[in-house]
Amino acid sequence: MSLWQKHAIFEKNSIILIIGVLIMISFGGLIEILPLFYLKSTIEKVDGVRPYTPLELAGRNIYLREGCYNCHSQMIRSLRDEVERYGHYSLAAESMYDHPFQWGSKRNGPDLARVGNKYSDEWQRQHLNDPRSLVPGSIMPGYPWLAKTELDTNHLDQHMSVLALEGVPYSADMISKAAIDAKAQASDEDPGELTKRYPKAVARNFGGRPGVVTEADALIAYLQMLGTQVDFKIYDDKANLR
Amino acid sequence: MAQTGNIPAKGGSGAPGGSGKSITAGELGLGLVAVLLAFFSIFVASKAYTPEYAFHAYVFAAASIAAVFAIANRYMNRAAEPAPQFIDGKPNYNYGPVKFTTLISLFWGVAGFLVGLIIALELAFPALNFDLPWISFGRLRPLHTSAVIFAFGGNVLLATSFYVVQRTCRTRLAGDLAPWFVVLGYNLFILIAGTGYLLGISQGKEYAEPEWYADLWLTVVWVVYLLVFLATIWKREEPHIYVANWFYIAFIVTIAVLHLVNNTTVPVSIFSSKSYIVWSGVQDAMVQWWYGHNAVGFFLTAGFLAIMYYFVPKRAERPVYSYRLSIIHFWALIFMYIWAGPHHLHYTALPDWAQTLGMVFSIMLWMPSWGGMINGLMTLSGAWDKLRTDPVLRMLVVSVAFYGMSTFEGPLMSIKVVNSLSHYTDWTIGHVHSGALGWVGFVSFGAIYCLVPWLWNVKLYSLKLVNWHFWVSTIGIVVYITSMWVAGILQGLMWRAYTALGFLEYSFIETVEAMHPFYIIRAIGGGLFLVGTLIMVWNIYKTLASPEPAESPLGSPALVPAE
Repeated sequence: MSLWQKHAIFEKNSIILIIGVLIMISFGGLIEILPLFYLKSTIEKVDGVRPYTPLELAGRNIYLREGCYNCHSQMIRSLRDEVERYGHYSLAAESMYDHPFQWGSKRNGPDLARVGNKYSDEWQRQHLNDPRSLVPGSIMPGYPWLAKTELDTNHLDQHMSVLALEGVPYSADMISKAAIDAKAQASDEDPGELTKRYPKAVARNFGGRPGVVTEADALIAYLQMLGTQVDFKIYDDKANLR
Repeated sequence: MAQTGNIPAKGGSGAPGGSGKSITAGELGLGLVAVLLAFFSIFVASKAYTPEYAFHAYVFAAASIAAVFAIANRYMNRAAEPAPQFIDGKPNYNYGPVKFTTLISLFWGVAGFLVGLIIALELAFPALNFDLPWISFGRLRPLHTSAVIFAFGGNVLLATSFYVVQRTCRTRLAGDLAPWFVVLGYNLFILIAGTGYLLGISQGKEYAEPEWYADLWLTVVWVVYLLVFLATIWKREEPHIYVANWFYIAFIVTIAVLHLVNNTTVPVSIFSSKSYIVWSGVQDAMVQWWYGHNAVGFFLTAGFLAIMYYFVPKRAERPVYSYRLSIIHFWALIFMYIWAGPHHLHYTALPDWAQTLGMVFSIMLWMPSWGGMINGLMTLSGAWDKLRTDPVLRMLVVSVAFYGMSTFEGPLMSIKVVNSLSHYTDWTIGHVHSGALGWVGFVSFGAIYCLVPWLWNVKLYSLKLVNWHFWVSTIGIVVYITSMWVAGILQGLMWRAYTALGFLEYSFIETVEAMHPFYIIRAIGGGLFLVGTLIMVWNIYKTLASPEPAESPLGSPALVPAE
């Protein structure tokens, strides 16, 4: 009985009420979020994961701009049908350089976590331009403006320095060569030092328009690398058992 | 204080009390800040990296200049003395900002529901995307969610919180310009966010798409909101802070915490709209859904429960069912909600321990949720007959019933095995809409139907139209959520179906094609809900355009503490 009357302290003092609220809401957040930053088992050690090249990063930003995450997940769950449909379940390490993450929450279209190298560049170009010309039942919007819009590579170095500040291992060399690397990766010619800076990065004319780096180049470069960094033939899924 | 610089210090001709009038520190300060913001915005616009960002900078500049004129105009037309706190011993309530947010919430509601209908049709008939960037599904869907949650819901929360805190504290809203800064500043945020999506400015985090500068602006507005709310409580004439205000405080404070942590970001440049969130990968996923689920928990639940705790007792003219239950409801709800986020990440790369914690607390959350529902429903004890005669009360009560239904469905869907089927499908969409349309929508409509006659002291134009609104929208909701149940469960089962030989039975596109009829039915349900809303807008318009004075002012008796 008297305990109920003790509650009056919250009802008569707004500051005590606020402190009470802050205490009550801090438990869940602190206990669920903080350990993820120091528990080593959160992100397993995997070979092959590297930061995005400037062109892929620009493509990823187009992916965000067009809201692709509204319909496409990038997170294959550890369920039999998903692994058989999309490939090995997603590892935390595979999105460790993703600011922000793009795991998604809804599949109006299929998962894209391992879409890289599944289709040809030609297929991707035509599909982005007019999805129903390839998949008659598709409900995806067309994105014809991507191939028509030239990619803005002007400030990519600034983008990468911000990411470096946030812990993505971009070197000063990578940052200063951002625009050069972006153009080199979108061309069929010798990409120069690109693969030295970004191991296994693939350079070719993704967008199909010779001499012009378009937004389609960037987005397709991004799509074609998704899920291709980890070699699952040599990946040891027992190594990280805890 | 007479040195004003940019604000005319003399009263306009015919303005009352020109002689002894002096400009207040608030008017001068806010005016100066607006002038500085205008210059700064124009400077940023001149150097912006993209035309889209320059446009937003110009919007800020225009809003700042408008603010300067509004402050000057208000100064010239106002009386020399500040508005009295009491008139004839009664509190002189400040209803201006409440009226503004009530009416603009109607506008945003119609806009948000309309965009929802458009994107529902885009999913059924993809040709409706017209290959145009600014109306393609990926850009319109954030516009729909933000318009409904933050523009419609947010303005309803501003309106009701500013009304309830005044009435239950029996005192005038604190601040002179501050409440107007909050409501206009908040709607400027909505404008920036919404136009940003159409122009392709997005952080790429669900329900937190606005970029860094919009987030920063919202932070300023939100801090002022909290201060206005608290300062009003501090000068209350009632000894106790009423239960609805606990929920409003929890909503305001927690949303601030969630907003700041989830949007911790570093802009590429002050001249660029783009920023990069400091969190990445699995940690960002956890932070995002800690934010995302508690946007549901504290924006769409705690805030609207505050509405329930004031408007249901007032409309039913009965005290809240149980004071003790409200105490348990309050503390248990805010403690448990905050844990529930990881249920959005079952079977993903988030560690198992976090998934399990999220599931356990989501299931436990069922109890405080239903405690609140019982407290709301049982408030009608002895007044159940009013459900037959008062369609507004019926709307409020049915909203609480929908709350009970979706807070049962939620814990069910958070169980890992159920989630393995429901996740990524339209079942989630159906679940969200039983909460958003049934609970948030109906409790808001009920509150608006109460507020408009109380604020303007008029009689509601037609209760019959309220009845029509209720039934058309209820049928719309039922059509919507049942079609999404069938669609979601069907697609989930098709994804995991195997043939006798052990192969996956359906290609992905076959499961998309199977959705087509349900997407059409869903659009019909959403369309009905929109029609219901338009009936309400017409009703409110007629109420205000040809006002009939209220016979017995339903809202004027002083509130009896519900203990």
